[in-house]
Amino acid sequence: MGKTLYEKVYDSHIVFQQEGELPTLFIDRHLVHEVTSPQAFSGLEAAGRKLRHPELTLATVDHDISTHEQTIDACGPMAQQQLRALLDNTRKFGVRLFGLGDPNQGIVHIIGPQTGFTLPGTTLVCGDSHTATHGAFGALAFGIGTSEVEHVMATQTLKQGRYKTMKIQCEGQLQKGCSAKDLILAIIGRLTTAGGTGYAVEFAGPAVRALSMEGRMTLSNMAIEFGATVGMIAPDETTFEYIKGRMLAPKNEDFEQAMAYWKTLKSDDDATFDAVVTIDASAIEPQVTWGTNPGQVCAVTGCVPVPDDIQDPVVAKSCRDALAYIDLKPGQPIAGTPVDYVFIGSCTNGRIEDFRAAAEILKGRKIAPSIQLALAVPGSMWVKEQAEREGLDKIFKDAGFEWRLPGCSMCLAMNDDRAPAGIRVASTSNRNFVGRQGKGSRTHLMSPATAAACAVKGCIADVRELLQ
Amino acid sequence: MQKFTVHEGVAVPLDSANIDTDQIIPKQFLLAVSRKGFGKHLFHDWRYLDEAETQPNPDFNLNKPEYQGATILVARDNFGNGSSREHAPWALMDYGFKAVIAPSFAMIFNNNALGNGLLPLRLTEEEVDQLFNVLTEKPGTTIRISLEDMTVDCAGLHFTFTLDEFRRHCLLEGLDAISLTLMHDKEIRAYEASMPKWKTPEA
Repeated sequence: MGKTLYEKVYDSHIVFQQEGELPTLFIDRHLVHEVTSPQAFSGLEAAGRKLRHPELTLATVDHDISTHEQTIDACGPMAQQQLRALLDNTRKFGVRLFGLGDPNQGIVHIIGPQTGFTLPGTTLVCGDSHTATHGAFGALAFGIGTSEVEHVMATQTLKQGRYKTMKIQCEGQLQKGCSAKDLILAIIGRLTTAGGTGYAVEFAGPAVRALSMEGRMTLSNMAIEFGATVGMIAPDETTFEYIKGRMLAPKNEDFEQAMAYWKTLKSDDDATFDAVVTIDASAIEPQVTWGTNPGQVCAVTGCVPVPDDIQDPVVAKSCRDALAYIDLKPGQPIAGTPVDYVFIGSCTNGRIEDFRAAAEILKGRKIAPSIQLALAVPGSMWVKEQAEREGLDKIFKDAGFEWRLPGCSMCLAMNDDRAPAGIRVASTSNRNFVGRQGKGSRTHLMSPATAAACAVKGCIADVRELLQ
Repeated sequence: MQKFTVHEGVAVPLDSANIDTDQIIPKQFLLAVSRKGFGKHLFHDWRYLDEAETQPNPDFNLNKPEYQGATILVARDNFGNGSSREHAPWALMDYGFKAVIAPSFAMIFNNNALGNGLLPLRLTEEEVDQLFNVLTEKPGTTIRISLEDMTVDCAGLHFTFTLDEFRRHCLLEGLDAISLTLMHDKEIRAYEASMPKWKTPEA
């Protein structure tokens, strides 16, 4: 019987398996950032252990840094402690660091692919749940906790059970005004926040094939938001073209040899999945979340649900709690809801294409006077510089956006980019949890183009009305 | 890692599904560089009325006198979803929790909890419902969990549960995962020797 993509990569990384135990997998790539690594490094040091493979480890700073200035002093006092700890630890253990001021610095899930560190057929981990992003390359990539970070540092392996497999077949093509973000939000809405728990997901079908690497990363990035820690896409010419020539990627003969292997990385025709979900991408409209988890989402032309109409008492309570927090009325249309802040960035939508899509809407327009703050935060220094080469920064600034320096910023508000209580944010990030962007703040997740449309209209808006 | 064999303690119910790790320990407390001291910030946004944590929210179960000293948390589906922060199990354990009982757990949280000796214990929705009934009708009721027998007992209710055999063994013995893996250094070396050259990043 044939194997799925996930099974191929999983099986090729089993180092050993004791009877009655989970298999232990070799880990080819380990990404490290300031927030989930200090306790792992100190654990390693306390036990007198070495970092087994510094060359397979790559560090950057992103979670709690300032987006105003790339210096330690510009960050909060507790963040400074973590940033200094990472500087010390990477020096001590010989890890490559793309730190503050480095032209390769950026959000961990943006710089991995961008520098060619992320490759098809590898196992890749990071102490961050959005590590699923790298699955877009056909890597087996997943987020881990700090004890597991320490385990990978000490052994370059991880005990990892085999997940069930799920294929999400995306038929048709996305319509004008819709992007990978709308596709993934629609998928999460369909599956709910726990629908993928226990599964390794593969995204497939013509709508996925047509996506650029940037779009595919947006798709894989949010696999975790329906409970799947793994969201893979089989590599193809688009993938190989993206990787070729990148700084840390294999060169010349090594590249040829790698590519010969990468071409085998797809689910066999006779492979079976434990679950198959089919989505008609052509029927998807721009999506906006109305609640406090990413599964609470509807089309921008849709209405907020009525909790009393929901049968399941747990789901109804969840809906009622969400509406009370987000301050929307049951049954009201989502479009037209006034917005206070706009945030474009994050590991979900902080790539060059995302800024191009938003700029297309913003060009020659201004943000509505009622918008109190509009932030554009590129995902990496490279994205920022590329956008500036294309003149996108000017479009954002002319429209009334602040053009900031790379970091996770208002996606999780660990730095000073925070939304105050009661503020409604149109956001291209990945989580609309209670208090995520600041205590009492209200988040609506959407695509970069839709966020730009909201900025222009001052309310939740259908981007298709602004397209030429 | 601390051993988990048999534990009996006061159980506190939190009647919500999808309790995410942002609620368990909000981001402003992730700035620490040690594993200790997160317990006082556990469920910060729900537990306190002010940022400085000087005014406990009297309506939140953890603050009610009858649930003081609770060591077992009972919640609904998909507990621990969202961010991978291990600070979530650290905070739960630092507060004094030994186990969380729910119908389902998010995968990363489940791993993180087990790696630290916090038992994520799955019962069916109906069984969890029965526990909620007892714990709300008679607050302060204790639950007895035996990892040796794989049983849960509470006020006459008796349930059994399952757990991966290796995970159970590690919890019962308090085994440290890194030492266990390093006993297989030979196998790891053999794998390393077989790796193709393209897997090493360019210098």
